[in-house]
Amino acid sequence: MIQRKEFDQNLDELRHLLHAMGDHVKEALQGAVEALQTKNIAKAQVIVKRDVELNLMEDQIMEIGSRLIVTQQPVAKDLRRIIVAFKISSDLERMGDLSLDIAKVTLRLEGQDLIKPLVDIPRMAELAGIMIDESLKSYLDENTDLAYKMAQDDDEIDHLYSQITRDLHSYMIAHPDNVQQAMLLILVGRYIERIADHATNIGESAVYLVTGKRPDLNS
Amino acid sequence: MEPIIHIDKLNLYYSSYHALKDVSMDIPEKAITAFIGPSGCGKSTLLRTLNRMNDMISGTRIEGKVQIGGTDIYSEDVHVEALRKQVGMVFQQPNPFPKSIYDNIAYGPRLHGVRNKAELDHIVETSLKQSVLWEEVKNFLKRSALSLSGGQQQRLCIARALAVQPDILLMDEATSALDPISTLKIEELVQELKDKYTIVMVTHNMHQAARISGRTVFFLNGEVVEADDTKTLFSTPQDSRTEDYISGRFG
Repeated sequence: MIQRKEFDQNLDELRHLLHAMGDHVKEALQGAVEALQTKNIAKAQVIVKRDVELNLMEDQIMEIGSRLIVTQQPVAKDLRRIIVAFKISSDLERMGDLSLDIAKVTLRLEGQDLIKPLVDIPRMAELAGIMIDESLKSYLDENTDLAYKMAQDDDEIDHLYSQITRDLHSYMIAHPDNVQQAMLLILVGRYIERIADHATNIGESAVYLVTGKRPDLNS
Repeated sequence: MEPIIHIDKLNLYYSSYHALKDVSMDIPEKAITAFIGPSGCGKSTLLRTLNRMNDMISGTRIEGKVQIGGTDIYSEDVHVEALRKQVGMVFQQPNPFPKSIYDNIAYGPRLHGVRNKAELDHIVETSLKQSVLWEEVKNFLKRSALSLSGGQQQRLCIARALAVQPDILLMDEATSALDPISTLKIEELVQELKDKYTIVMVTHNMHQAARISGRTVFFLNGEVVEADDTKTLFSTPQDSRTEDYISGRFG
């Protein structure tokens, strides 16, 4: 039988850690895109350096969740709470890696001027930031409506990514001497698009937590 | 799966205490059904209703119907002895007779008229093999059953119940007095027996119900709150009281 008080305290701890991971990822994504826009090398370096903090929080979640499964043998929604914490922390950790990849693009572009002012990429990052907030809110509040709403935000991000890809392809055809930067900016779009997909996964986890069924919000 | 037990609007009273309230359910044949719920919820009372063990408690009154294999077991023309041959029972504490291992198993068949030594030998061996005790005791069949360990005694009691070829085996917290290894052996044994017998078990160990039963029924205050496939009941219970109980919020 579960020792309710201790179990609930540990579940709260898992929730706090996931919340902190979410804040960390959002900050890393915004910081990485700002660093890219402003060619701020120092800022990009800080993001690369701080990624390890996310990994540590993910490890902590694995540790607490595994201990709860072994010692308390939870069932039903209690078990799903832990499974979902594992899944969400893994999504967030991956989102952190993708933000780090954006920061690395800034480092690789050191000394170069941007081929044009960035418009769609910051817009994508802004939407992805909203999705990160919403995904965690859908999990923390167990709000399935919000999880389904996020799938629509993801469609808009996919649309922006297609637009960026089209524009930069045209640019590369017109400027074959500067393909490298255009390629890197397409990759940045790809990284943000993947971050949004992971946010959608978190929404799916929230639905699974509440209903016990796994929807596919990415399709 | 076909139901072998059909219970319809069963109400049971111990004098003025209303212990079972409008219980209706079908129990499938050749499967394991687990009854769970907090103490005093009626799960053991219902189990004892299935082979009329409650008849021995004065002041017991029953309304409603309990059918086994289509026969109303509370009708006047049903012989309780014949019913208990068809519906065997294993209790919380192993209760071997103070006799040899052999005589414990042969007791039931002898009572039902089997006299032939070779036939009795065969029943003893088959029953002990079915309860996975044969290899441990085959060279000591004349030893007292009381010399066996707790886990072995419980498997002996299962063998004794199987010796009269029942259709149904009732287990009332049959592993709660055993150590983890003996419990595991009984759980494995029960899993094997389900291909031939219908097993209904009462357990306080929810994880045992989750591990070995195909269907679980949750009782509260003499009522059935929820009955479902075990996998569903322990992953997505429909009633919040079931979720609260299996999550340790009460009971």
